[in-house]
Amino acid sequence: MPMTFQDARHLLARTGFGGTPADIRELARLDREAAVDRLLAGVGTTARTSPPSQVLNALPPVEGMKGLSVEQKQALKQERREEAFELKGWWYQELLTTPSPLTERLTLFWHNHFTSSFHKVKWPALLYHQNVLLRHHALGSFRDLLFQIAKDPAMVLYLDTQTNHKDHPNENFARELFELFTLGEGHYTEVDIKEAARAFTGWHVALHHGGGFAFNRRQHDGGVKHVLGKTGAFGGEDILAIALDQPACARYLTEKLWREFVSDEPDAREVERLAVQFRNGGYQIAQLLRGLLTLPQFWAPETRGVLVKSPVELLVGTIRLLNLPIKDTTTLAKYGKRLGQDLFDPPNVKGWPGGTRWITSATLLNRWQLLQRGLRGADMGGPMHTHAGMGEMHGAAWITEEAAETVQAVLAPVPPVNPIPTGEDRWQMVFHLVMDPTFQLK
Amino acid sequence: MLRRDLLKFAATLPLLWLAPRPFDLLAASSAPARGRWDRILILVELNGGNDGLNTLVPYSDERYYQARPHLAIPRERVLQLSPSVGLHYALEPLMPLWEKRQLAIIQGVGYPDPNRSHFRSIEIWDTASASQQVLDEGWLARLFEAYPLPETFATDGILLGQRDGGPLSGKTVRTVALQDPQQFLQQASHVKAVEQSSTNRALAHILQVQRELTHAAGDLAAHLQQAPPLQTTFPPSPIGRQLETAAQLLTAKVPVAVIRVSQTGFDTHAGQLGHHERLLKELAEGLAAFRQAMVQAGLWDRVLLMTYSEFGRRVGENASAGTDHGTAAPHLFLGGSVKGGLYGSMPSLNDLQEGDLKYRVDYRSLYATVMRSWWEIPETTIVGPEYQAINCLA
Repeated sequence: MPMTFQDARHLLARTGFGGTPADIRELARLDREAAVDRLLAGVGTTARTSPPSQVLNALPPVEGMKGLSVEQKQALKQERREEAFELKGWWYQELLTTPSPLTERLTLFWHNHFTSSFHKVKWPALLYHQNVLLRHHALGSFRDLLFQIAKDPAMVLYLDTQTNHKDHPNENFARELFELFTLGEGHYTEVDIKEAARAFTGWHVALHHGGGFAFNRRQHDGGVKHVLGKTGAFGGEDILAIALDQPACARYLTEKLWREFVSDEPDAREVERLAVQFRNGGYQIAQLLRGLLTLPQFWAPETRGVLVKSPVELLVGTIRLLNLPIKDTTTLAKYGKRLGQDLFDPPNVKGWPGGTRWITSATLLNRWQLLQRGLRGADMGGPMHTHAGMGEMHGAAWITEEAAETVQAVLAPVPPVNPIPTGEDRWQMVFHLVMDPTFQLK
Repeated sequence: MLRRDLLKFAATLPLLWLAPRPFDLLAASSAPARGRWDRILILVELNGGNDGLNTLVPYSDERYYQARPHLAIPRERVLQLSPSVGLHYALEPLMPLWEKRQLAIIQGVGYPDPNRSHFRSIEIWDTASASQQVLDEGWLARLFEAYPLPETFATDGILLGQRDGGPLSGKTVRTVALQDPQQFLQQASHVKAVEQSSTNRALAHILQVQRELTHAAGDLAAHLQQAPPLQTTFPPSPIGRQLETAAQLLTAKVPVAVIRVSQTGFDTHAGQLGHHERLLKELAEGLAAFRQAMVQAGLWDRVLLMTYSEFGRRVGENASAGTDHGTAAPHLFLGGSVKGGLYGSMPSLNDLQEGDLKYRVDYRSLYATVMRSWWEIPETTIVGPEYQAINCLA
């Protein structure tokens, strides 16, 4: 089906961070399916931005921490905190410059699915490697991703697999594996969790020996376990396979991706249809996402502009679209935190609740304040500030070159709430569109 | 923060609060419900996990001194409250309250199957859940959903300090987060009052929040403009400043049911002694100043302060002259309507679970005290009937 300008705008807003008029027109030459295929084909597996080298070395000292004085430990802690900020800035740099925004949207999705936080994990290098892993499999096979993430050192530390011993099983990972990663509540029992936890005993991270995954046979419980109706002397990987065999798993993932990319009202019949395909097709994420993005529901007029932009989407989208100058991307990490999304530090294992929960009295005020500063503030080199003849002109050229209707069509997903001035001053118009409540939507 | 600046600022605000609000018409009819909500809860979060044993010290127990060779508070410095326990000397500013019997100390507060993760444990406290139960909404958010505040209240809760909504996180609860009222009013002054709604649910939500914002800002500005200046000098610590803001808001008669303040830094894994002393001193000075301001405003009987924290700390000190994450700890109720004294019982140092104290009072009993006694909602199911209110309110 051929696309309109509005269709292409919608697709770019939902699969990336929005598009300039040129991006939109370029995509609008294709029909819907071809456009979806092009975006999927553009998804990469690695980041273009090189990580800060000190972050890669941010691992525990080989000789351990025991011999360190209080001051040395404090200094190390401070260093790690700074490295974590560098890491957050690194991701923002990639978000701002990636040629495939969908790659990053998927990586953000998986970061919010397979959560881990710097607060708990404490070693920035491990979180960097987890991010690399998530991006590598972002549009690959969910099966591969699940098998890898279960052994990912940051995850092992985050959900206490590290302290899951034969004599003292820790259920944290097993619980979240079923509840949050694969099945969803109501599709397993407490006994399933206890039994599954035993299967993961002995999995750990050699924290002082390079920080890689290791298996400690002596801490492993080799006995028979009963999990989700299956019985055997299971190891951890058997449990992952058993979870993937459950129809609930495909359904849970399909519904979650629906909420991320389509709307917050998944259609049960369509979810079921796509979930069956997903499971039968070997959990190929690309196939599922293609199915979601070609649904009539995705393109329906009533689905346009019904999702709230996450803080990262708001910040990155606005900067990319309006070409705002950003000197230091670690600043964006701080802004994201103020808006309620501190990358690499989700609030808990459930991740950011998202949706309308992004908008509270505090975050809405902060969103507007930051947008205003981005456009008008001297500190952020806002185009409206420099526009007043105070130095170099910033901001995207299309703002002044395109017709007023195009500018509004690009910035507003649905008709603006407030009256928008259509006078000579194009940046004044942009300002009103950006400050309109509808700019918070995608 | 400085009332004078506030006033100056409030004067520059658009006069949107002068516009007649439909809510005012409802005020009379909701008057009976108002009585309950005339009583205000001040939540004082001790973020990071306050060391209970060095707050309420079991100074007659030799095992305390054995477990903490470097960290124990010397017997002679403890402010003795009973033959067995006493307060850390840095809490001296609270002693006048203790003597007036306006300070209730609930000993050994915790919950079964304790979680030692900051994030998970505070989530348990915030949502009043069981250890293994994950609930999405804060306990106060759920309470206000079931028992809505009068519409004349511009907001249900005000959050001071840097933390998230905590007990006031939820779908329908209305909160205003303020780092400082002046900044809030200034930011909010750019926000237009909106009338519209939308069939687009996400947009409707944003417009609703926007409405609440302008409503709350208008209300706040109007009240602050009329408020007499505070006579009390507050300590300049972060918690002191937050309590000062809370006192200003209450003195200005801003209608609100809950104000949450938050003191950070209690995660004392290393070099605890001096650090913890400073925190307790700042807390006690702030609370004492707050009491004085409330007494002067004639509000002391109408406020109830309650401390909470994700957990206490382990009994034994660690190798870094600090303490690691533990379990039960004492918590405080303060206010003109409090019946002072010691409640619950001190967990035994002789009967530990993996080196940790066994709790004596479930934290949900504190919430039951707030909901069932303070706000007189005996039938609430936010916490089960097994959690009885503590008889510490007059």
